[in-house]
Amino acid sequence: MTRPSIHRTTLAAGALAATLAGTAVESRAQDTEVSGWAAVEVRVFTEPSRHPGQDPQRIQPSFMFQPELRADFFDGAGRLTIIPYLRVDQTDRERSHLDLREAYVQYLGDSWDVLAGLGKVFWGVTESRHLVDIINQTDVVDDVDLEEKLGQPMINANMHTEYGSFGLFVLPGFREATSPGWDGRLRATLPVETHKAQYESSAKDHHVDFAARWAHNLGDFDIGLAHFWGTSREPRYGLGLDDLGRPVLIPFYDIIHQSSVDLQATLGAWLLKFEGISRWGHRGDNHFLAAVAGFEYTFFDLFETGTDVGLLLEYLYDGRNSLAPPTANDDDIFFGSRIALNNTQDTEFLVGAIIDRHNQATAARFEADHRIGDSWKIEVEGQFFMNVPVGDNLKNVTQDDHVQVRLFRYF
Amino acid sequence: MTKRLIAAALVLAAAVPTFALAETPEEKGLRIAKEADVSDAGFADFTANGKMILRNKQGKESTREFKGWTLEVSDDGDKSMNMFTEPRDVKGTALLTWNHKQGDDDQWLYLPVLKRVKRISSSNKTGSYVGSEFSYEDLTSPEVEKYTYKWLREEPCPVKPELTCNVMERYPTDKESGYSKQIAWLEKETYRGYKVDYYDRKDTFLKTLTFHDYNKYADKHWRPGKMMMVNHQTGKSTDMLWTDYQFKTGLSDGDFKSTRLKNLR
Repeated sequence: MTRPSIHRTTLAAGALAATLAGTAVESRAQDTEVSGWAAVEVRVFTEPSRHPGQDPQRIQPSFMFQPELRADFFDGAGRLTIIPYLRVDQTDRERSHLDLREAYVQYLGDSWDVLAGLGKVFWGVTESRHLVDIINQTDVVDDVDLEEKLGQPMINANMHTEYGSFGLFVLPGFREATSPGWDGRLRATLPVETHKAQYESSAKDHHVDFAARWAHNLGDFDIGLAHFWGTSREPRYGLGLDDLGRPVLIPFYDIIHQSSVDLQATLGAWLLKFEGISRWGHRGDNHFLAAVAGFEYTFFDLFETGTDVGLLLEYLYDGRNSLAPPTANDDDIFFGSRIALNNTQDTEFLVGAIIDRHNQATAARFEADHRIGDSWKIEVEGQFFMNVPVGDNLKNVTQDDHVQVRLFRYF
Repeated sequence: MTKRLIAAALVLAAAVPTFALAETPEEKGLRIAKEADVSDAGFADFTANGKMILRNKQGKESTREFKGWTLEVSDDGDKSMNMFTEPRDVKGTALLTWNHKQGDDDQWLYLPVLKRVKRISSSNKTGSYVGSEFSYEDLTSPEVEKYTYKWLREEPCPVKPELTCNVMERYPTDKESGYSKQIAWLEKETYRGYKVDYYDRKDTFLKTLTFHDYNKYADKHWRPGKMMMVNHQTGKSTDMLWTDYQFKTGLSDGDFKSTRLKNLR
């Protein structure tokens, strides 16, 4: 079965950005730059697969490619950015995909800027969960850390004033969450049939979403307030059949309102962090609150070795019920450590675990980064699930402990 | 009348030596630091391209390249941004600093892969800046209030012996500083720095910074083309090369906001 790997809206927005910019670039381009990276990834699972249909291979290689084109015009005030992303996965066809991470034109005024096209935006301050970060859809198949994002069609205008930065977003079109296919690991017993997605809005994935954000710095405090109205980035799931009559999970996207606050106090070596959301509109759970709060403390230049050691502790609360989109972070504690050697190769380690306060179900993780020479980088990640009882949302993936090695070549 | 004249004469007699004759080495040091600060005032803003060459004990080199933007702030410390262009894996990573005359500076780090702006702690004074021999403290703007001073002597400048330098000690006021003292060589007429010796917390000789290839920009603002930092304790060194200085480019406060870091190029 074939289907377009890039969403139509995405393509349209990308094409619009390219066309708008094309003319300007041809005539006025002053500075054009091509860079990017290619990478090979190998995932090694420690246990055999358990769900029907999954590839029995425990070693799963992948290839990734992300070229980046940037051009400036109007004396640097105009910008064109095009960043496609390709993954070719040997195991899971659903993991192989092509996306436009970014494809936009932008104009920078004195204390304002506007952007049109596919953009990428990050909101928030906490480390264990990115609750308030809602503009871009998560590219779930790309990395279990949920930090990879799909390009979002948008028109965005920002004003930067002495009373803070005000941002408005018009988001014409929605990107579905990616999800592993039958062959892939790190999924529920049944895979999600993404192209049978259902929507509360009759406009389906063409619903125009809106968002507004105010962000300000007041001395030691950085604060952000935002509101989002549109298609929930997180789907609920129901049972259904795929085109071959096999049972699958069907994603259902509600129209939601979400208000959020993110706050950080920076007091010496202490970073105190809070993110909270209030969300309305999921069928079956019309309103819930969720929050992450915690701190990061860093011992800089420990014992004059140059090494920085940061300690992180966060509490995660989520008041949603079982009819809302599922989460594993209802009442959890996260603790972790970030270690930076501050050497010429920028060697860094991150270890952490999220533990459920009630049943001690634990998701533990480590990451290590190291540059080799000037243009290579190796990244090692491990993800482990422990103590997961029957009935916990993590139960589906307990056999998917794995170590992942990525080798990047930058150009 | 006579009494008043005598009184006036006494006041003058008391005042004159204080200014001309009995200036203590501490007062002279502070005066020179203030004069140096005033001499560079009015630059408004400048941009430059930087390149760092990091050398380990064996002479093995690695490089960092970045673009720098600096905005003069008259009633507080300056604001600055640095964005890395090399090595490629950190390309786009940017650091925004609001220097303050008193208290900790404010710093934000932009991580381009996640598009994330992160307010970071600026209490990291002694740590190495991106693996170089420059610490964060070495790169903050040299506000007068950050030190107390003591003038030592005049002598031919290091690097440029045909010029005369004031040599003075300065003692960091910040308790988290990595230094017990610094000895600085400032050229007499233009206040150009030619050398700084750094002494660590145990008062042991740690590093030497020398300044080379000065040029004058916008009539009166001297900037070095090269700064060389040598660590005497580890044998490592870092050269910082500056090119494409441009002054009064029209940058404004609105350009130095954390929410604009993602637009740097």
